[in-house]
Amino acid sequence: MPVSSAGPTGTLDAQSGAGPAGASTAVLDPAERILADAICAAAADQRVLHLRGGDSKRGLGGAAHGEPLSTLGLRGIVDYDPAELVVTVRAGTPLADLQAELVAHGQMLPFEPPDWPGATVGGAVASGLAGPRRAFAGSVRDALLGVRLLDGRGQVLRFGGRVMKNVAGFDLFRLQAGAWGRLGVLLEVSFRLLPRPQREETLRLPMAANEAIQRMNRLAATPLPLGAAAWCEGALHLRLCGSAAGVDAALPGIGGQAVEPAAAAAFWAGCAGMPPGHVPAADMRGPDQLEVPLWRLSVPSTTRSLGAEGEFAVDWCGGLRWLATDAPPSEVRSLAASLGGHAMAWRGNLAQPAMHPLDPVRLALHRRLFDVFDPHGVFDSGRFDAAAAQAASGAT
Amino acid sequence: MSQLAASQATSRILSALAAALPADALLTEPEQLAPYECDGLSMYRQPPLAVALPYTAEQVQAVLRICHAHHTPVIPRGAGTGLAGGVLPRADAVLLSLARLKRIVRIDPLARVAVVEPGVRNAAISEASAAHGLYYAPDPSSQIACSIGGNVAENSGGVHCLKYGLTVHNVLGIKGFLADGTPLSIGGEAPDDSGLDLLALMMGSEGLLVVVTEVTVRLLPRPRVAQVVMAAFATVEAAGDAVAGIIGEGIIPAGLEMMDALATRAVEDFVHAGYPLDAGAILLAESDGTAEEVADEIARIEAVCRRHGAVSLAVSQSEVERLKLWAGRKAAFPAVGRITPDYYCMDGTIPKKHLSAVLRRIAELSERHGLACANVFHAGDGNLHPLIFFDANQPGDVERAEAFGLDILRACVEAGGVITGEHGVGVEKLDAMCVQFAAPELATFHAVKAAFDPAGLLNPGKAVPTLHRCAEMGAMHVHGGKLLHPELPRF
Repeated sequence: MPVSSAGPTGTLDAQSGAGPAGASTAVLDPAERILADAICAAAADQRVLHLRGGDSKRGLGGAAHGEPLSTLGLRGIVDYDPAELVVTVRAGTPLADLQAELVAHGQMLPFEPPDWPGATVGGAVASGLAGPRRAFAGSVRDALLGVRLLDGRGQVLRFGGRVMKNVAGFDLFRLQAGAWGRLGVLLEVSFRLLPRPQREETLRLPMAANEAIQRMNRLAATPLPLGAAAWCEGALHLRLCGSAAGVDAALPGIGGQAVEPAAAAAFWAGCAGMPPGHVPAADMRGPDQLEVPLWRLSVPSTTRSLGAEGEFAVDWCGGLRWLATDAPPSEVRSLAASLGGHAMAWRGNLAQPAMHPLDPVRLALHRRLFDVFDPHGVFDSGRFDAAAAQAASGAT
Repeated sequence: MSQLAASQATSRILSALAAALPADALLTEPEQLAPYECDGLSMYRQPPLAVALPYTAEQVQAVLRICHAHHTPVIPRGAGTGLAGGVLPRADAVLLSLARLKRIVRIDPLARVAVVEPGVRNAAISEASAAHGLYYAPDPSSQIACSIGGNVAENSGGVHCLKYGLTVHNVLGIKGFLADGTPLSIGGEAPDDSGLDLLALMMGSEGLLVVVTEVTVRLLPRPRVAQVVMAAFATVEAAGDAVAGIIGEGIIPAGLEMMDALATRAVEDFVHAGYPLDAGAILLAESDGTAEEVADEIARIEAVCRRHGAVSLAVSQSEVERLKLWAGRKAAFPAVGRITPDYYCMDGTIPKKHLSAVLRRIAELSERHGLACANVFHAGDGNLHPLIFFDANQPGDVERAEAFGLDILRACVEAGGVITGEHGVGVEKLDAMCVQFAAPELATFHAVKAAFDPAGLLNPGKAVPTLHRCAEMGAMHVHGGKLLHPELPRF
């Protein structure tokens, strides 16, 4: 079984026997071998594979192409020592299982991923989706320390490690966050963790969006223990996280109405997927058939409210805007670009690739990187770019 | 190429560069080139063909285009403070200094971002933001001299990176050029660029993928208060347990540093910071934040240290005391420099739980190689800096120090760690890269390099070893590492 066929330089077969180190990278367990075989077979037959974990992000950001390849056989925590603040976990592990284990040790993933039913750890990394804490504790790639993956040759590669500081080699592990499986099948990922805050308090301050955007940015420029700042349903929502003493000392200066803890937890968990405020339950006729398409815009944090353009929620301390609009996709993309940001087609836009179109220079770099990791075009490209998908899969 | 043809090619590229740059932006005389023949790793030296010192991004682009057209390698350089030979010149290469691009383009206090040119010093960003109560968090020890462009190339860390992250966590966007002069813009003030995370890939790419001409960084509110605990322990093991205890308590200290007995004695003799000389190891733990947060955290850190058998404890009660307690740690390298003619600083990272085992291994190796070694340790993030004592004037000492160093890095990898935590690979750790990565991974690195720089002209030969080099080294170790007859002379 050709798990380590010739590499991009064409010299690997000659070298691999003498390869001095990283012996563990060549070892595949049975579940991993099934995936490697499937990749090699798809490469040989020029088929496209669509990587699937728990399928919790189906319909999100465009349609999938190709035959599903399940990662659910890769299950379990490989290594977790709370004193290291590091966990290594197999990619098909349910995110909920990992979260439960971390909670039991008073720790958490810093990036607060959406906890949709069935979501896997690999999907959380591949989608690169982060929740409200992202503005203060970093994104998925910020927490990623290393990966083991199978590339489009069925070859196992290990990048990064299980330590916080590591500048050996290019950061190809961080490149996997938000790559939607386009560069390979994640087998195992390592994260840096954070302790759960001793105390969390959520405050609700009714105000208009523009005022909230100003207020959240001003608060973030002062040394307060902020852990989230969002606006939706006519109110600024602030979460203070930290030591009990620190949170208690910060509360009086802010004002607003304290939100009861269980309601606050549910609110922020919901925001990780999409903040409330737009879609009435009756309108949710299945995730792919919304009356009005949903968009997720990244913009500079102080950008004015886009209320007139369909903005119904603001998160990430102003950096993330949620829009419901039936404006043509090109208009939404242009709006985002004109503000110095970009737009992701969230739901109800199956004909649109999820990603904002790339400029020609970055598009060319993307295609070359796709070729580095996936020379036979095995992995689905639909979420990036229709043209890239065609180019990589050899379709006409 | 004949000598004549080579000299004609050289004069063609030099005249093209001279035509594109102001008169004072091109250095070609040997005495002008001398200051550029090494970086902070001075055991490797080589003058370049020429040094270009452009003032603007347009001039940077012009240099790249000319060099590309003449198939001449380009070595981008920041402040030259790197410790791994990452900007070591080549005789056939143009050294491209970004030091004159040193404009702070703008600071937006509400959005908490600064846009700066690559030659701006790390510390200058914080100085310029101070009026707004903001600062740039990554603080490599060379921060008064090192530039943000170099920080991007090395993904620099600093004493506070456990809590505030590395360069990769604090840079929002870059503008620059590919090797052939194509303009490239990645990221910006909006979070999470579209598509693949090319920004993360640029961080720490050691000048192999892109030349950066503008950097957008995140600024943080300056903490109101900072206090430090100094705790002394009888053994390194006890100090290591205290580190695990602090993290296990749910505390992320702003800084968490350890020094072994040899390093502690060296610095105490030098700066008189008040460290106990009979300790096996000392720990410095800093807390920052609001007054309430710091008071609470310091009390908890003290309690953990007591519980783990601290033999003495001191807490800074003023900014003067805090700086005094830190002075020792910050002077560790020069203090060691006073007690040995030369030292060689290593930079491995390990899972913290293996600290005792790795330090024991280093002690064994120290005996085997016949060279002393002091250890300072970024204890919070597992980054170990063994300082190998040697004397460059003693024949064979340099080679012994290098061999000792490589053995230390091998021990780090065996413990589940990595060969460089913050200094980068450069030319120094090319052999060590062969220890950490297998051939398919190294081949992927080369392919990624080629995706950005198909002609292979940007800082060639650095950061990623050739497969051939690793194969040769692997063969060498089979013989050298497991000698059957060590008593026999080898040639």
